[in-house]
Amino acid sequence: MVGRLADNRKSIQDSEMRTVYADFIEKMILDGKRIVALDADLMRAIDTYRLLDKYPEQIVECGIAEANMVGMAAGLSSEGFIPFVHSFGCFSARRALDQIFMSCAYAKQNVKILGSDPGVVAALNGGTHTPNEDIAALRAIPEMNIVDICDIVMATKLLPQIAETYGNFYIRYPRTSLPRVYDESMEFQLGKAVLLREGSDLTIIATGIEVSEALDAADELAKEGIQAQVIDMFTIKPLDTEAIELAARETGAIVTAENHNMYGGLGSAVAECLVERCLVPMERVANQDRFGDVGSLRYLMDEYELSANFIAEKAKKVLHRKQHMGSRL
Amino acid sequence: MLTDIKKKELVGFAVDIRIECIKMISKIGIGHVGGALSIADLLSCLYNGGMKIDPQNPKWEDRDRLVLSKGHAGPAMYAALALKGYFPMEMLDTLNQPPTNLPSHTDMNRTPGVDMTTGSLGQGFSSAVGIALACRMSNRSNYTYVIIGDGEAQEGQIWEAAMFAGAKHFNHLIAFVDYNGKQIDGTVDQIGGEPNFMGKFHSFHWNVIDVADGNNVGQVWEAIETAKTEQVKPTAIILHTVKGKGWTYAEEMDNNHNFKVNAEQAAEACAEFARQN
Repeated sequence: MVGRLADNRKSIQDSEMRTVYADFIEKMILDGKRIVALDADLMRAIDTYRLLDKYPEQIVECGIAEANMVGMAAGLSSEGFIPFVHSFGCFSARRALDQIFMSCAYAKQNVKILGSDPGVVAALNGGTHTPNEDIAALRAIPEMNIVDICDIVMATKLLPQIAETYGNFYIRYPRTSLPRVYDESMEFQLGKAVLLREGSDLTIIATGIEVSEALDAADELAKEGIQAQVIDMFTIKPLDTEAIELAARETGAIVTAENHNMYGGLGSAVAECLVERCLVPMERVANQDRFGDVGSLRYLMDEYELSANFIAEKAKKVLHRKQHMGSRL
Repeated sequence: MLTDIKKKELVGFAVDIRIECIKMISKIGIGHVGGALSIADLLSCLYNGGMKIDPQNPKWEDRDRLVLSKGHAGPAMYAALALKGYFPMEMLDTLNQPPTNLPSHTDMNRTPGVDMTTGSLGQGFSSAVGIALACRMSNRSNYTYVIIGDGEAQEGQIWEAAMFAGAKHFNHLIAFVDYNGKQIDGTVDQIGGEPNFMGKFHSFHWNVIDVADGNNVGQVWEAIETAKTEQVKPTAIILHTVKGKGWTYAEEMDNNHNFKVNAEQAAEACAEFARQN
């Protein structure tokens, strides 16, 4: 699937992502959908608090009790409702993991779980609140869908699609304003990665906040005559393995970039695919198995080596391997 | 008030549940005997008038829902379901033998009549609260019943769910605690201290009913009827039961949670059950 980039890519969006979520919930309610938005004392954090008085039935405050919240969502799902559950990713994924596994996945329910402020987006909340292992944990749950949202347009287009698609979803969701990536006319398809930039030397496969960084890195590399293809693999599970294989065959070198631990996330998923389908050199940009910390988003991206310059560095490293190692990768 | 005829019917059905339970466990050779037998009398009351059900229509929208949060007591529920006609009695022979639709822990996607998948303790209680919420949002007047274990009540999630239900006045939610006093590694008192379910649920803003003999269908029936008159709060019915009730060999066992049952033992158990009619 080919992407349409915003003309004013990189400029910070006017709206905050949290507002987009709350607006989406409200629209679903007004459209008469059987949606229920549950939260564990973070309504004010995701902007749904303002909907509480207007829609007291559909906006459910569960208190600081994430396990129960996820369990209740499973119960609501069993009765035909479409529950959206929110907490910070560290709580909605880590704390309630067994509940997601058994009550939602094993029970084949239809629960949509928002894990907000993924990875370094946790910023000033620091290391205790940094979800760097949510993808790893949830990837090994059968029939679990995992998406990593990169900007407002993606959020606006994907959330309704997720609501209409039966199954359990984990949605990595930054709350703040982000650099634009997509043009407003862009449409997405769950399960299909987006080709954002063509290039023949290597492919950068990125997700979430790393997509914008990947595009910046590609711009930087182009100045040095390196043409990097960029793919947005927002659909981490199911993984678009066809897109990965095609990129590997076409460009012969891959760099993955994710706002997550190097173990078990996007990089691991892509590597699994390459090893079985098309063995090419690959480098990962990811958290190097370190605990998170406090800091501004930009500070943390530099500290944890997630920003564009680090992607560009890995790109050159993988090119070196591609060009100089012959039959050895 | 329970008539003598009705009481006899409930006692008889509980005997049947016990018989079918032990028979099916003996077919696979091992099972969760203790906690299945302790709720046979409760299930008899629920499936014979306590709940509004339609065995021919397990998904009937206006039915009362039942979540067996202590999902390992699946065999007892399966016995009740088969006896009521949710599926053929022959299916009971397949407990835990692939490709079965009767796994150890109740599974809503495999067994007609099972309203929620359970197994990991504590979770069914939350799902039941979610179901009660859904029914309320759909403007239905049905009840949602949930059965939890006393050991299970050591899970924090139980109290998260109890907090929510108590705070939000789910008077159409009725929970049963199968207070049989035993878990796997010892008695509930030894491990967690005396649980004081009355005090705990009361402090979570529930209506609480203590049933001195949770294996007496008359007392259980009355508690359910009383619970249905509660206008505001959810009700917790604390059933003082015996783990392994009805089979002396099981009752007297130190750890009767999950154990082997051969054909001979099954026959002996069923003979003992039959004498309780």
